[in-house]
Amino acid sequence: MTESTSAEQFGSSRVKRGLAEMLKGGVIMDVVTAAQARIAEDAGAVAVMALERVPADIRSQGGVARMSDPDLIDSIIAEVNIPVMAKARIGHFVEAQILEVLGVDYIDESEVLSPADYLNHIDKWNFTIPFVCGATNLGEALRRITEGAAMIRSKGEAGTGDVSEATKHIRTINGEIKRLTSMSRDELYVAAKELQAPYELVAEIASTGKLPVVLFTAGGVATPADAAMMMQLGADGVFVGSGVFKSGNPEQRAAAIVKAVTFYDDAKVIADVSRGLGEAMVGINVSDIPAPHRLASRGW
Amino acid sequence: MAILSVGTRPAETAVPPGLRVGVLALQGDFREHAQVLRKLGANVYLVRRPEELDQIDGLVIPGGESSVMDKLARTFGLAEPLRAAIRGGLPVYGTCAGLIMLADTILDGMNGQQGFGGLDIAVRRNAFGSQTASFETDLDIPALGQEPVHAVFIRAPVVETIGARATALASLDDGRCVAVEQGNLLGTSFHPEITGEYRFHQYFLQKLVAAAR
Repeated sequence: MTESTSAEQFGSSRVKRGLAEMLKGGVIMDVVTAAQARIAEDAGAVAVMALERVPADIRSQGGVARMSDPDLIDSIIAEVNIPVMAKARIGHFVEAQILEVLGVDYIDESEVLSPADYLNHIDKWNFTIPFVCGATNLGEALRRITEGAAMIRSKGEAGTGDVSEATKHIRTINGEIKRLTSMSRDELYVAAKELQAPYELVAEIASTGKLPVVLFTAGGVATPADAAMMMQLGADGVFVGSGVFKSGNPEQRAAAIVKAVTFYDDAKVIADVSRGLGEAMVGINVSDIPAPHRLASRGW
Repeated sequence: MAILSVGTRPAETAVPPGLRVGVLALQGDFREHAQVLRKLGANVYLVRRPEELDQIDGLVIPGGESSVMDKLARTFGLAEPLRAAIRGGLPVYGTCAGLIMLADTILDGMNGQQGFGGLDIAVRRNAFGSQTASFETDLDIPALGQEPVHAVFIRAPVVETIGARATALASLDDGRCVAVEQGNLLGTSFHPEITGEYRFHQYFLQKLVAAAR
C-alpha cells in the first residue's frame, strides 16, 4: 500500500490520445438536445457529439453553422454520464477555448461547421482538452496530428446518408499507410514531401503500419451494415451524425448500430439487428451535390 | 519471444501453453491488453459471446465505457454466466471500466447500470471530472517491485470504500485508492496496457497460473 511519488501531469499526448483509445469499438452520436443525448446514451453510445444542427439540417437550411449555445452544451453534460464532445469551427480557437472551460471532454474541429479561418487550423497543442479532426487522406490526417490532434476521423460526406465518401476516405487513409510500410528510407523522404507532412511522422507510420492516434470513420453512416462495413475496412469506431435522429426510429436504430459495431465481423448478428428498423434517413447521393457544397473539401 | 519497446518489464512469466487468457472484446482498448498478454507469452482469446467464456482460464476486462459494456453484456447473454464464473473463482483483471464492472457497488453509474461484481468495493465512476482533469503520474507499489508504476488516469474511477475481503494495492497522494485485489481478482483505475507497463498483467498471470493448478 503506497503513495504516488511525482506530480500529476495533465493534458499530455498520452492522456489526450488515451481517451480516444477507450472509445474504440464504439459509436459516437450527434445530438442537438439533452433529450437526444439521453436516447443516445440509453442506446449504448460511447460518447455524444453536441452541435447546433445535425449536418443534414445544416445542409438543407444553409447559413453559417457555429459552435452550439453553451446552455445547450451544459444541459447535455448534465444529462449524460458518457463523454461529451462538441464541435468548433475550423480555426476558431476562441470557440475551442469556450468549449474547454465548459468542461466538454473532446473538441471536434469540424468541417461540418462553417470554417472560421481558411488558412490555419487551431494550434491544438495550446489546449489541455483533446481534439479530433477530420481527414480525407493520410497527408491531411498527419497535418492535423502535427497541429496536435489526438484523434482522427475520416470525413466522409456529412448529412447525406450516403456512405460512399466515408468508404473512399477510410480506404484512402489505410491504403496510403500500407504503401508507406513498403517503402525504403529514400522513398520515405519523397513520400513526406508528397504527403506534405513531417518526415519523422511519416517514418514512424512506415515502421508501425498505423496512425499514432485512433482513427474513427464519419460522414454518411446510416445503417448497421454501413457501420460494420467501416469497421471491416479498419476503422477503430464510428461517428453517426444525422443517420440516427433523421431516421424513423432513432432509439432502435442507434442501439442496432452499436451492436453492429461490436459484432462487425458477424453477418448473422448484423442481419438480426438490421430487421424492422423502420425508415433510414432519406439521404442525398453525394454525386448530386455540386462540388462547392461538399463539406469534406473544407479543411486541407 | 521477442519483446519490443518495453519500459519496465520484469522477467517473463511461465504461462503453460494450455492456458487461455480471455480479453472481453465488447468495446474499449481490448487490443492493447491482448498485445501485452501475448508479449508475456499468453494464449489470448477475444471474448464476445457466452460460449466463449467456457474456453478460458482467466479474463481481462479492458478500459472503455462501462455502461456500454454492461448493455452489450446483458443483451448478448454474457453478463449472467460471467457473474457466475467470477463467483466460481475465475481470475479476472479489470482496468478502469473493467474495475467498475468488477465492483460490487457502482456509485454515479447510469440509471440501472450493473456490473459483474466480485470485488468487495464501492467504485465511483468518473471520479475526477471531465477529460481536462485526466492525468498521468508515478505510483510506488512495492508489491510490484522498486520501480514506480507510471499510471495514466483517463476519466478514471476511484475505489471509494474497501470491504473486508478486498485489499488496497495503491493510492494517490490524497489517499484515494486506485488499485485493489481480492483472491483471484485484480482491478486498477488506471491503464497499464497503454504505457508499456507489464507488471500488473504479469501479476495477474501468476494468479491465473496458480488458480489453474
